Amino acid sequence: MTELLRLDNVACIRGDRLLFENLSFALSRGDALWLRGPNGAGKSSLIRLAAGLLRPAAGTVERRERIALIDEAAALDTELSLRRALDFWARVDTVDGHAVDRAMDEMGLSPLAEVPMSMLSTGQRKRAAMVRVIASGAPIWLLDEPANGMDDAALVQLVAAVARHRANGGAVMLASHFALGIPDLAELDIGARA
Amino acid sequence: MTALIALFWRDLRRAWGSGALWLPVLFFLLVATAFPFAVGPDAPLLRRAGGGMVWVAALLAALLPIDRLVRPDREAGVLDQLAVRGFADEVIAAVKIAAHAIGFGLPLMLALFPASALLAQDTERVGLLATGIAIAIPALASLAVLSASLTANHKGGSAIGGLLVLPLAVPMLIFGAGMLDPSGRGAIKLLAATSLLLTVIGPFAAGAAMRGLRE
Repeated sequence: MTELLRLDNVACIRGDRLLFENLSFALSRGDALWLRGPNGAGKSSLIRLAAGLLRPAAGTVERRERIALIDEAAALDTELSLRRALDFWARVDTVDGHAVDRAMDEMGLSPLAEVPMSMLSTGQRKRAAMVRVIASGAPIWLLDEPANGMDDAALVQLVAAVARHRANGGAVMLASHFALGIPDLAELDIGARA
Repeated sequence: MTALIALFWRDLRRAWGSGALWLPVLFFLLVATAFPFAVGPDAPLLRRAGGGMVWVAALLAALLPIDRLVRPDREAGVLDQLAVRGFADEVIAAVKIAAHAIGFGLPLMLALFPASALLAQDTERVGLLATGIAIAIPALASLAVLSASLTANHKGGSAIGGLLVLPLAVPMLIFGAGMLDPSGRGAIKLLAATSLLLTVIGPFAAGAAMRGLRE
C-alpha cells in the first residue's frame, strides 16, 4: 500500500471564513474517498487544495504522483468537435490517440466524436471530462461532482471506470452530495467537522 | 515540449479562427485611412506625422484582443488544468506571448505596407517603420498578455488593461517614432533594449498575475 496523496493537518480559509482545519488523510493505491457535506462546506476547496490549485492556510499537502482533475469547468474548447477537443489534452498529456479511443468507449461517447462541444449537454460534457481523466493515465483522480447531469447509464459507466482505475492501482477522491454507488468507499464528512 | 507546441498551436488557432485575425489589422488600416482625412491632404505634414500615427495604431492594435487572451482560458478551466499538470505559470505566459506575437504580429507587418502608403511614407521611412515595429512586436505581445492576465477577473477589463500598460509602452513609442527622424537613428538601439527588457519581464509578471487568479 503505497501512499499517493497525503494531507496533514490542513486548514483552508476562503475570504475570511475558516472552512475546515486539522484535516488529515492519506490516499493509497486502490483507495477511494468520498467527500460529503452540505453546500459551502468546502468540498470543492479541499479538492483544489489536493490538486495544488489552492495553498493550505496551515498544514501540508504531499502529492507523489500525477493528478487528473474534474471540476465545474470542462476545459474543452467549445468551437471544436468532441474528439479534437479531447485530442488537445491527449497531446498535452503526451498519451496516444488509442488511449482517447478506449476512454471514449468506456464512457459511451464514441458515437458523438464529431459533434461540436457546444452542442453537448451538461451530462455529456461531464462524460467528456471523465474521458480526459481516464485517458490521461494519471494515478490520482480528483473528481468534483463528476456525476452532475449524468443519466443512469452514464453513472454506471462512471462507477465502472472508478472500479477499473482502483483495480489498476489508482486512487480516487470524489466530492459529491449523494452516494454514487461505489463499493468499498471511505467517507469524509466535512460538514460534520465544522 | 510536445505539450507546449500543442498549447502554442491552440492559441494561434483560436487567434486566427472565426476571422478574428482581421480585427487588429482592420483597426490598424482604419486608423491609417482616417488620419489623412482628419489632417488634410498636405503630403509633407502627413509624411512627418504619419510615422508616429503608425506607431500609435500598432500599439492599440496589440491591445485590442486582450479580452480573449487569458479570460476565456481561465473561465473554461484550461489554466487550472494546466496548473494541475505542473506547468509553471511563467511557461504558459511565455507560450501565450509567443502565440500572440505571431498571431497579431504577422498580419500587422503585412498591413504596415498599405498603411504606410496611405500616410505618404517614402521607401526609406517604410523600411524604418517595418524594422522598428518588428523589433517592438514581442514587447507589445508581452504587454498585451500581461494586462490580459491582470484583468482576467474583471468583465470588460480591456479598458483598464489598456490604461495599465500604456505607461510601459510609452518608451517604445518615443524611440520607435524617434528613429524615423534622420537625427535620431541611434534610437533603434534604445528601442531594441526597451523591447528586450519588456519581453523578458513579461512572462514572469504575467505568470505571477495568473497565479494570483487562482487565489
